[in-house]
Amino acid sequence: MLAILFVFCGVGSIKAQNRLYSNDAKISFFSKTALENIEAENKRALCVWDTATGKLEFSVLIKGFEFDRALMQEHFNENYMESDKFPKAFFKGTLKSDKPMKLLMDNSYMAKADGMLTIHGVTKQVSVLVTISSKNGKISSAAVFSVLLSDYNISIPTIVADKINKSIRIAVAVAEYKKL
Amino acid sequence: MIKIISVFILCTGFVKLHAQEKGMLDSMIQDNRQTQKVSGAFKSTRVINAHSVEMLGKKNLDVRILHRFGMINQGIKQFFGLDQASMRMGADYGITDYITVGFGRSTFRKELDAFVKIRFLQQATGYKPIPVSVIVAGGATLWTEQSFDSIQPTIGERTSYYLQLVLGKKITSALSLQASPIVLYSSRADNVGSSNTVVALGGGGRIKFTKRMAFTFDYHHVLGPKTPGYRSPLSAGIDIETGGHVFQLHFSNAVGMNERAYIAQTTDEFFNGDIRFGFNLSRLFFIGKKSKSSGVY
Repeated sequence: MLAILFVFCGVGSIKAQNRLYSNDAKISFFSKTALENIEAENKRALCVWDTATGKLEFSVLIKGFEFDRALMQEHFNENYMESDKFPKAFFKGTLKSDKPMKLLMDNSYMAKADGMLTIHGVTKQVSVLVTISSKNGKISSAAVFSVLLSDYNISIPTIVADKINKSIRIAVAVAEYKKL
Repeated sequence: MIKIISVFILCTGFVKLHAQEKGMLDSMIQDNRQTQKVSGAFKSTRVINAHSVEMLGKKNLDVRILHRFGMINQGIKQFFGLDQASMRMGADYGITDYITVGFGRSTFRKELDAFVKIRFLQQATGYKPIPVSVIVAGGATLWTEQSFDSIQPTIGERTSYYLQLVLGKKITSALSLQASPIVLYSSRADNVGSSNTVVALGGGGRIKFTKRMAFTFDYHHVLGPKTPGYRSPLSAGIDIETGGHVFQLHFSNAVGMNERAYIAQTTDEFFNGDIRFGFNLSRLFFIGKKSKSSGVY
């Protein structure tokens, strides 16, 4: 009986060792037009990465995006993202590296994250290039990609169409993964 | 005993393993203690006449042009009241996200008004929820019109003061309600009614019917000795928001556009059809440096 118990505990801890997470991942986005630049940042995105299976998940609260201008933030939540209705955006996918990752040694890797990105209640397949680096035992990752507003059913009224780029650039940065 | 304990541990272990299969993040989400402020209870810093629970963001300048027309029941000869217009021009400024100041000038009695509005609590959800927003607005009005050469009231006699508490809640994304009791004071009773101090209990709300349009209303019930001929102000209208502009179109029995004037000097009876059309035009400007680009492009 006790032996079974130990085995279970053992399995549990091995599994957990493969899991890395971050609760202060930074997600920012940018819209650039001749008339106006819009950017916002959320410093408290959640992320879990299972290094054994390559499974990767991100989750971020829409209301946690901070803008320089309060009015933009309000319009973002009220008119575009409808954050009361769709409070979170998330990604669920898998990460595949160009070469086998030895995360305990200093090195950097190019990887591809393939999966489903859900924004504004709409889920789309995305494929994102990710840079992963390990330095002095500190594992970090960074990715930049673009999404089309029309893909996620976010409509822009013609009156402000010149001020919002139809393609939004998104940057995702995890400064340091922690062990789960 | 050991058996019971190990069975218990096993069971919790199973539960844990099971939970992990649902999604790696699901078990972590509660751990990330975040509180979100609730914003956008109203489209503007005024419901119609009354201060709303909304504040201007820091460094936002809100230029407000308000019109109140004549009574609609005057008919086509007066173009349903549109021949007559009373106006207030003003500007509000957000010193911080919690302090807004404003001033304005109304054509009626050539009256100046200024106010300070402070937010003490902002409604929030999440880890540390706050059920309501609490705001206090205090202001003064001064009429500058010279009616008679023989009667020259001092500045003190032409000044009135007000203090208003606003308790508001965004109940759903579409529905917001607020209560807004107010006290008016003037050293000359005829500025505010039949006594130096006038109290009114008020409330307002909004029902959003599209992302950028909402039905709004506000009402203030004037308490205490009623001055004959004076009524409680009731307004109902729609807000239309277009980017940086908010148009508030409404029907009201009040013609005044500052607190003294609309609370204490409304003479028309809404339900007798003495209704005026009016609008508030609000344009927000951001006064400050453009944000630095983070160089992703």
